[in-house]
Amino acid sequence: MVCLARFARLVIGSGVLLLLISAASPSIAQQVNPTASSVKEQQLLQELNRVQGRVSIPDQRSGVLEQPAGREWREFRNVTLHWIGGIAILGMLAALIIFYLTRGMVRLQSGRSGRTIVRFSSFERFVHWMTATCFIVLALSGLNVTFGRTLLLPLMGHEAFSEWSQWAKYAHNYLSFPFTIGVVLIFLMWLAGNIPNKVDAAWLKRGGGIVGHDHPPAYRFNAGQKAIYWIVVVGGGLVAATGYELMFPFYLSGIEGMQLAQVVHATVAMLFIAVMLAHIYIGTIGMEGAFEAMGSGTVDVNWAKEHHSLWLEEENARTGASDARTQPTAAE
Amino acid sequence: MARMKFLCDADRCIECNACVTACKNEHEVPWGINRRRVVTINDGKPGERSVSMACMHCTDAPCAAVCPVNCIYTTADGVVLHSKDLCIGCGYCFYACPFGAPQYPKVGNFGSRGKMDKCTFCAGGPEADGSKAEYEKYGANRLAEGKLPLCAEMCSTKSLLAGDGEIIAQIYKERVMKRGYGSGAWGWKTAYRETIES
Repeated sequence: MVCLARFARLVIGSGVLLLLISAASPSIAQQVNPTASSVKEQQLLQELNRVQGRVSIPDQRSGVLEQPAGREWREFRNVTLHWIGGIAILGMLAALIIFYLTRGMVRLQSGRSGRTIVRFSSFERFVHWMTATCFIVLALSGLNVTFGRTLLLPLMGHEAFSEWSQWAKYAHNYLSFPFTIGVVLIFLMWLAGNIPNKVDAAWLKRGGGIVGHDHPPAYRFNAGQKAIYWIVVVGGGLVAATGYELMFPFYLSGIEGMQLAQVVHATVAMLFIAVMLAHIYIGTIGMEGAFEAMGSGTVDVNWAKEHHSLWLEEENARTGASDARTQPTAAE
Repeated sequence: MARMKFLCDADRCIECNACVTACKNEHEVPWGINRRRVVTINDGKPGERSVSMACMHCTDAPCAAVCPVNCIYTTADGVVLHSKDLCIGCGYCFYACPFGAPQYPKVGNFGSRGKMDKCTFCAGGPEADGSKAEYEKYGANRLAEGKLPLCAEMCSTKSLLAGDGEIIAQIYKERVMKRGYGSGAWGWKTAYRETIES
């Protein structure tokens, strides 16, 4: 009995085994794709727009295999930015030229009084001119990166243009430090005078005296100057932050972050340059008696009366007598 | 004229890194720079895949398009090369490249980024073929000697193919046909705007 049962078990067992083999054999005959479950390139790109993995070399950043986002960045850098810069800068220049030809210089209506009042201390002027000098070099070297290949390269030739661009790049990188310090100092030393208030609304409503020949009252800084101040602080802060991100690659972000940083940096810089053209215009040929505020640091009392009447009153009240802080020009 | 391309048959790549080592040795590539690397996706998990990647020598190369000093050019063979004499180390090619090919010596702070370095398809640079100056800046010029890139030549599984695009695409198609599967030519769509139909 026992022997029979053992035999039966053997027969059944071998039958099952045969069945299993016969069931498995058709799949051996077919071609197996051992990597059927593997990741697919197009699927990864669609999901993340990048393909990333592990590398066994020390440079872990090279683990990003593929990131086609550079294509959009290329479009921005080669097309969009040229339009932004061209329209902003050339548009501003054209507007200023038209304005100058129609309005001309804003004259001192009451003439010069011969007496001056201190408007900016030597420290304030030093900070202003340090920042301004850096800005001009940064702007020209920055514009060179965007427009140089189209405008200068054909004129200068490859070697000379590369040499100049190399120096421009060094200047751009190193002058960013005094520029940033300048922006921080400007923010701190002129913050008190640049908080918007009710007077600014009235000043703006009356066209600031730029449109027409009105002279709305203003404290030390009028609404236009406050706008410049905040553009310098915010715009300068943005270009500095994004610039440092690009100068120290991979400290803050990967490539996609740097692409974004370059977009912000370049766009803000182009608009910044356009605004500064207007600032330079009004501080030089746009208004009589304005440049000396940042030049010698003193302005004519009549200029102060016309453009910053409330500030002049404040100064006079602060110093007690109306002539205490003023001095004859001849004495200088 | 040939149109040189790279093709990594990812179903064959075993992540041995021989291509990486061969490249470094052949060109005396500076420390810290890898013109070629092997990236393993889903490492240690089911569906793991390794791909050897370097400069793909793109059609209408983005690096060349964005270079502010126009120092990157495409040769008659479709190889993307650059001049280290003209490069100002600004980093733009590296923002534009989809494959992370451009790299800079000296880590890259304070504007001290050195001259860009990348795979040359073993075709040197603008200097005279096989000259000492060319070797020092760009490494060996195997193409001028009638040889193909060393990384692909010595690939142990012949996963990495280098050569005329049509020929290597044909080799890949035949492989896919014979074995019945293929994960496609990695990077081709991004680099050449085409894939290999199989």
